Amino acid sequence: MDISFIDKRLEGIYSKVLNGSRLSKEDGIYIYETHDLIGLGQIANHVRRSLHANKAFYIYNQHLNYTNVCKNRCRFCAYARDRKEKGAYTWSIDEIEKRLLERIDEPVNELHIVGGLNEALTFDYFIALLKTVKKVRPKATIKAFTCVEIDYLSKLAKLSIKQTIQKLKQAGLEMMPGGGAEILNSRIHGELFPKKINHERWLEIVRAVHEAGIKTNATMLYGHIETIEERVDHLITLRQLQDETKGFSAFIPLAFHSENTKLTHIQSTTAVDDLKNVAAARLMLDNFDHIKAYWVMIGEKLAQVALSFGADDLDGTIIEERITHMAGAKSALGLTKEQMEDMIIKAGFEPVERDSFYNPINSS
Amino acid sequence: MDSLNKIIEKIDGNERIDINEGLTLFRKADLLTLANLANHKRFYHHPEKIVTYVVDRNINYTNICASGCRFCAFFVTHDMGNGYIISKKDLFDKIAETLDLGGTQILLQGGMHPDLEIDYYTDLLTCIKENFDIHIHGFSPPEIDFIAKKSSLSIAQTLSILKEAGLSSIPGGGAEILCDDIRQKVSPNKCSSEEWIEVMRQAHKQGMRSSATMMFGHIEKDFHIFEHMDKLRNLQDETHGFTAFIPWTFQPDNTKIAVKKKTSVEYLKVLAMSRIFFDNIDNIQASWVTQGDKIAQTALFFGANDMGSTMIEENVVASAGVDFMLSKEELTRLITKAGFEPCQRDCYYNLL
Repeated sequence: MDISFIDKRLEGIYSKVLNGSRLSKEDGIYIYETHDLIGLGQIANHVRRSLHANKAFYIYNQHLNYTNVCKNRCRFCAYARDRKEKGAYTWSIDEIEKRLLERIDEPVNELHIVGGLNEALTFDYFIALLKTVKKVRPKATIKAFTCVEIDYLSKLAKLSIKQTIQKLKQAGLEMMPGGGAEILNSRIHGELFPKKINHERWLEIVRAVHEAGIKTNATMLYGHIETIEERVDHLITLRQLQDETKGFSAFIPLAFHSENTKLTHIQSTTAVDDLKNVAAARLMLDNFDHIKAYWVMIGEKLAQVALSFGADDLDGTIIEERITHMAGAKSALGLTKEQMEDMIIKAGFEPVERDSFYNPINSS
Repeated sequence: MDSLNKIIEKIDGNERIDINEGLTLFRKADLLTLANLANHKRFYHHPEKIVTYVVDRNINYTNICASGCRFCAFFVTHDMGNGYIISKKDLFDKIAETLDLGGTQILLQGGMHPDLEIDYYTDLLTCIKENFDIHIHGFSPPEIDFIAKKSSLSIAQTLSILKEAGLSSIPGGGAEILCDDIRQKVSPNKCSSEEWIEVMRQAHKQGMRSSATMMFGHIEKDFHIFEHMDKLRNLQDETHGFTAFIPWTFQPDNTKIAVKKKTSVEYLKVLAMSRIFFDNIDNIQASWVTQGDKIAQTALFFGANDMGSTMIEENVVASAGVDFMLSKEELTRLITKAGFEPCQRDCYYNLL
């Protein structure tokens, strides 16, 4: 397909993409620098369509944030609380069961389970958590715990990462989300989340998880203090690891929301930046199958547009999103299956309800 | 796909496309194909990397309206008891505040109040002009048509009297969809499409410029959108009086039309088609009021070269459940972040 670019420098990137050559760091930086948003979108859309044709995926899921008590207190987070702070909560296993049962009539295919690092919880709690979810929802996939939590759980269990993952796997863990990566860079780590595991550790854990046969997603939190170069380095780091493990399923760019965080002076990301991050991910991560437009963070309206800028997945229906809304997200708390399909069809794509591993669900 | 390529070639060659070609393109091309064509046209009409905006305020002199359009959540009828006609004090306060905030114009629109005749409007304009140096952009064609009938004047006479009293330009509101089969269903008491066009023709002939709008996403079909744009394009060939085209989506909350709101992709496709279709209208305006900040910024790559107004005050869309707010700082930040230079403009798109 010929593309008539406004920014002629994109021709070089497009011909590399057509030849199947890998994009360099300089290409990545230029993707963020160009003002030819439509030209860039067309290249990303070409890749997206050659991988997934006209399909756009979504999942019927439920989020369980078992606690907001967290000892890390990252500066960009509006969700975490100290143990005795107002609004702090931790769900008991009974409470988790109750929350699952409240929605038991809904066709939930995935439980997305993440929480804070709460020193009051024991490793047994997490095993019981997984077993309870599996008991109540035997057919749904458990996608739980970021690498940050896995590191913490291994300390609670006094086990190696490998042994920890084995225990969790036996209790029902089937997949892991991609959170906690933020920006894989020591400068950002030092400034924004010094108490959280650093990027070497994050990569070490993700590698061990992949080696144990568990797929994970990968994310990037953008729009705070990171530079363009740091974003591109982040993407290239993920790409290198994916070459080795093939363990990443989807990449999800996460737009930073500053309300109620320690970084309220930072203005929200704009649509152009959000769309560029989707396109950059699709073009740089040539070994990732899926790029998600996470509607919770960029809004439903822009997520729909992002399907033409490289994204092939709108994530889930969710119903009860908590974390981003604490930081001022203006999106809905959840979307119905009908709303999700309507958005996709009106964007010119074919909706495919999927399970956690991108197998189509034949429901309705 | 052959027919599609022929149409695209025509557009690339700066040839005009007709309604059928427009419809084919709209139905068959994907989002970014339309965006790319529109973006090239945007830079053809405006090679400079500037995005304009105006600082003004919408002043609704009355909310009492005899029209009773089914898509409107703003109007009240005479006997509902919560109607108002703006007092001179309120009016002057609003204008003074607009000027303090760097505003250059007011958008003066009302309902079609059944008891007001031409004298009310001339007095309104005269007293503003006596007290303030501000551009008055006011009275959409249905109001002009209503005032003319109410006062037994011709359209030309009405416009000439209002112009004499201080009216400088006409907003393109009340166009909705310029097809009478649609108008009879959504706004049966408002002027016909031919009457709307005639008001604009007369206004342009008397040297008053106007904008043109389209409200879509209610009961119209896609071909109505193209019939609407074709009528505007024909008049523009004749008068060259339109400064800009502003499409926006119907907001169904609190109205009598129960439809799903148009999605952002549907809005962007229509916006892009308008930039492609109007080879004779200079400016295409994004609608942040109906679309929000993210899609309005995205619209700058789908044919729009203008962000519209900072709208110190807006009441009509807000009544239909939409409450996006943008400060001048945020509006200019969006423009800058998109890679354009923000420039404040006047009603005629002169840079200030």
